Amino acid sequence: MTDVTDESTVTDWATDFDHADPAWAADPYPIWEDLRERCPVAHSDRYGGVWLPTTHEAVSAVAYDTDTFTSRSVVVSNNRPMIPAPQGIAPPISSDPPFHHGARRLLLPAFSPKAVAALEARTRDYCRELLEAMGDRTEVDAAVEYAQHIPVRVIAHMLGFPEEDGDVFRGFVKDVLEGVDLPPEERFENFQRLDAYLQVQISDHLANPRDDLTTFLLGAEMEGQPLSPEHVRGSIVLLLIAGIDTTWSAIGASLWHLARTPADRERLVAEPELMTFAMEELLRAFAPVTMARLVKDDVEWQGCPMKQDEWVLLPFPSANRDPEAFERADEVVIDRKENRHAAFGLGIHRCVGSNLARMELRVALEEWLARHPVFELADPDAVTWSHGQVRGPRTLPLRVA
Amino acid sequence: MRVRVDQEKCQGHGRCYALAPDLFESDDYGNAHELHDGVVPPGREEQARLAAANCPELAVILEEDA
Repeated sequence: MTDVTDESTVTDWATDFDHADPAWAADPYPIWEDLRERCPVAHSDRYGGVWLPTTHEAVSAVAYDTDTFTSRSVVVSNNRPMIPAPQGIAPPISSDPPFHHGARRLLLPAFSPKAVAALEARTRDYCRELLEAMGDRTEVDAAVEYAQHIPVRVIAHMLGFPEEDGDVFRGFVKDVLEGVDLPPEERFENFQRLDAYLQVQISDHLANPRDDLTTFLLGAEMEGQPLSPEHVRGSIVLLLIAGIDTTWSAIGASLWHLARTPADRERLVAEPELMTFAMEELLRAFAPVTMARLVKDDVEWQGCPMKQDEWVLLPFPSANRDPEAFERADEVVIDRKENRHAAFGLGIHRCVGSNLARMELRVALEEWLARHPVFELADPDAVTWSHGQVRGPRTLPLRVA
Repeated sequence: MRVRVDQEKCQGHGRCYALAPDLFESDDYGNAHELHDGVVPPGREEQARLAAANCPELAVILEEDA
């Protein structure tokens, strides 16, 4: 949390919330619970105006309403994006209908269950290598030494980028997703560094085409036309950024829960077949991703006077804790059988990589539990969480047996 | 019992074919389709209920026999 340029601390979350505030990063659940009860759609003047629906009903209503809300940019910051709808800055996540449909269909086959299954053995090898590298130490950092590396290596492989550039990718993720309250000039410089890196990779792929997603996008067509360079770069940015800290967060948060809940950990070790349900419950309870939209035109929406170009945050993790939508919403029920959680979003923007994320999370947990069936938090106060719209542990010291 | 995927609602979350692989399959885009014209073979009723109970888009429709 070193780059928080906090102007002021939030005093009333209903009228002045800031999703980059340290209190939100540390524990947003009580904030959302309070708002669901007294102000289901909160507003803040920060970032040029932001709305915050908190109930499952309101979050899903925004997600489904692509007429009122544009996805042109999905990361709330002090900047408004330069590339207009319907394409947006990182298609298809930033795209609106009808452009969205074609841009999304291009990417989906690479993330189908069949395509993802082909990556499982490689992912399992990564996990084992990481566990092996920890040696016999009895204290390890499950975020720094394990969770953060797994999705980076998988997506680097898929894009055909150097797998040893993990630190560079994580720097970009931090710039894009956590640097939201930086001054616009500084944020712009960060984006230029990302763009320069991509240009090198793209040039290399143009000179040396190979069997990966970058080469695929460079040769892809929509309605008989090649993709624009902005479209290609934007889709690569999406895959690079969205595929990394989200899954890293889900793996870390799951291990964090199991470290502090021996009963769930022991049950999962004893009944590995429970993983299907346990994983979904961990995704529900600790969904990492809050999305965002922009208001297309001035509109009164569910009684809220929304202005054009105001942001709307979509806290799927809050929807997932709504007692109107889930029984025992605030508890982790490790064998929950009915679970319509929204961790991967709702509607046309359902996470393109959800099959991949699920495979990575399952394999990461299976391999961790096989190696370390017994573990606990080494120091609960030493756990730190990312701030912004993707939430997960960034340091997670665990004591392993 | 029969199952049906509402293609207007399905967004390819993939819960149904993961939980009920005998009743649903994925296409190349991850969207779900019912197998055997949606007829649930005997003994697969629990799979069908699980699929419906875990679809975030409420796209899996169950039709219980009268």
